[in-house]
Amino acid sequence: METEKKRSLTGNKAMSEAIRSEMERDENVFVLGEDIGEYGGIFGSTEGLIKQFGPERIMDTPISETGFIGAAIGAASEGMRPIAELMFVDFFGVTMDQIYNHMAKIPYMSGGNVKLPMVLMTAVGGGYNDAAQHSQTLYATFAHLPGMKVVAPTTPYDLKGMMISAIRDDNPVVFMFHKTLQGLGWMDQLDTSIGQVPEETYSVPLGKAKVIKEGTDVTIVGLQMTTHFGMHAVKELEENGINAELIDLRSIVPLDKETILRSVKKTGRLLIVDEDYKSFGISAEIAAIVAEEGLYDLEAPIKRLAIPDVPIPYSRPLEQYILPNAEKIVQAATELANE
Amino acid sequence: MTISRKELSWMYETMYKSRYYEDEMEKTYTEGKTPVFNIGSGTVPGEMHLSTGQEPAAIGISVHLRKDDIVASPHRPHHHAIAKGVDLKRMTAEIFGKKTGLSKGKGGHMHLFDPAVHFSCSGIVGAGLPQAAGAALAAKKKNKDSVAVAYIGEGAANTGSFHESLNLASLWNLPYIVVVENNSYGISVPKSASTSVASNDLRASAYGDNVKGYYVKDNDPIAMYHASKEAVERARKGEGPSIIEIETYRFLGHFQGDAEGYRPEGEVEELREKDPIPLFRDLLMKDHSFKEDELVSLEEKAKGEVDEAYAFARESDYPDLEEALDNVFI
Repeated sequence: METEKKRSLTGNKAMSEAIRSEMERDENVFVLGEDIGEYGGIFGSTEGLIKQFGPERIMDTPISETGFIGAAIGAASEGMRPIAELMFVDFFGVTMDQIYNHMAKIPYMSGGNVKLPMVLMTAVGGGYNDAAQHSQTLYATFAHLPGMKVVAPTTPYDLKGMMISAIRDDNPVVFMFHKTLQGLGWMDQLDTSIGQVPEETYSVPLGKAKVIKEGTDVTIVGLQMTTHFGMHAVKELEENGINAELIDLRSIVPLDKETILRSVKKTGRLLIVDEDYKSFGISAEIAAIVAEEGLYDLEAPIKRLAIPDVPIPYSRPLEQYILPNAEKIVQAATELANE
Repeated sequence: MTISRKELSWMYETMYKSRYYEDEMEKTYTEGKTPVFNIGSGTVPGEMHLSTGQEPAAIGISVHLRKDDIVASPHRPHHHAIAKGVDLKRMTAEIFGKKTGLSKGKGGHMHLFDPAVHFSCSGIVGAGLPQAAGAALAAKKKNKDSVAVAYIGEGAANTGSFHESLNLASLWNLPYIVVVENNSYGISVPKSASTSVASNDLRASAYGDNVKGYYVKDNDPIAMYHASKEAVERARKGEGPSIIEIETYRFLGHFQGDAEGYRPEGEVEELREKDPIPLFRDLLMKDHSFKEDELVSLEEKAKGEVDEAYAFARESDYPDLEEALDNVFI
């Protein structure tokens, strides 16, 4: 019997493979950012690419986020398909004018006459004691501002497939990858950060959530690390007799509200888990959507687990205290199921 | 270096057109704003930054530009747009907020986009600088010899964006020209209180040997022509970026409605004495054998085109309300 050959990749290798295949397919695709050349990206997103494509298409830039993200916008408006890397999402502060006042608004302000087919890829997330300026996800900060697609894939399979979709999209896409899910040798080794990735080119659509596990008792919505924690939590819940459904958002803008509403209709109970600040964020938005469009499906008040509204603290016990984890999800989901 | 008669003719006609356009806009802007000035009322609402007096900056370089060359313009864009050949009717309709506008009424006077002539705008000071550099990078990658021009005011030369963009442009040896329109004021703050160097062309030396600085004094369109010619040729040949600072005159306030309390008494009158358009007209007659009737016919042609654009804008309808919801994504 012939066995199908399965290949496993880490998150970062899945991403760089996606970029490689699109660069081979389309000569207008190029990458620019800090330490993306020989270094291969601080979080490995461009690993090995400079060898194949050289410094003309894998362009190390000076520490000039306004300069090179602005340059990516200008190049995109002239028909290129640039991928710019903002090393840490936290660095958005020095370049938000280019991102929000320009990348996000030019297509609209031009009445759709100027297209900006570009990807802004950026590393997000904490949990490894990098403190307040290098640990945020800022999912909602970007998602709040109209004009950018914002995606945050979890698995290596989706990192590859969604990066390919992002590069092919004619809109600006903010592609957030979670540092801990890149499967890097110098960080936590998580089961979720390595996974089966087909060698061939494939795309995963933007704007579609994925039901990771079906269930009937409670809906758990997560993304990236909170999906990872959710995967562990649903197993434990199952052992405790609670059949939870786990949804991995994958995409924040557009948000796949149908998948969430469909699940809530089935379970009547909703727990949203977010590695971003609690107030005015993804958990609030999803709760509002369910209140507007699915209130009568609810059998218990919605629960939210997110970062209390504080900057990310440095000290390990303090950071672990404020971050969501599997144990907190089990506890909250159990309470919810018993309401 | 001599300037051809055709070029001189184009320069005069385009300067005249730009001036006539702004004069019409100045009048139009007051419609519906008297006796009480309310920025949100009238035929043309919102902020209005007119370029009256600054025409030589745009005309002197645009005479060397082709359709496929890129221009990134700031909040005071009309002279740049006219000189670049932006569709005048659709530009005017855009400023009027009409459905026939360049952006179907979603951009307005500070956000004019005409990709057919590679023209864009931003209302954020200094923001066009890296975008023009990126457009220049695209031209280089596509092996085209087009050049990118970023116009800024002298105030924008003090933004971090200026430094980042010129460093990148030098590093990547881009076909990139920064035109600094020094009109002496960043809104109300005089250049002497904002800028550490006498003129921004001096800053070229901070960015490497391939960056050249030019200074054009007295708002002189001929001097601007020569400086720009060299800068554009250098850029097309891949010899590197340039910074051209032109000493220009802002006859009006920063925006219409600006009380201009910061201006010394008599300053505007003195500047008006040096109005570049009548000076250029005299020069054409005296040194270049242009005849009165020839110049009048250029003027009539320019006026006709502008009048037609304003009529088009007035007659056009406002967009359907649902238009507001379209084009967030392609």
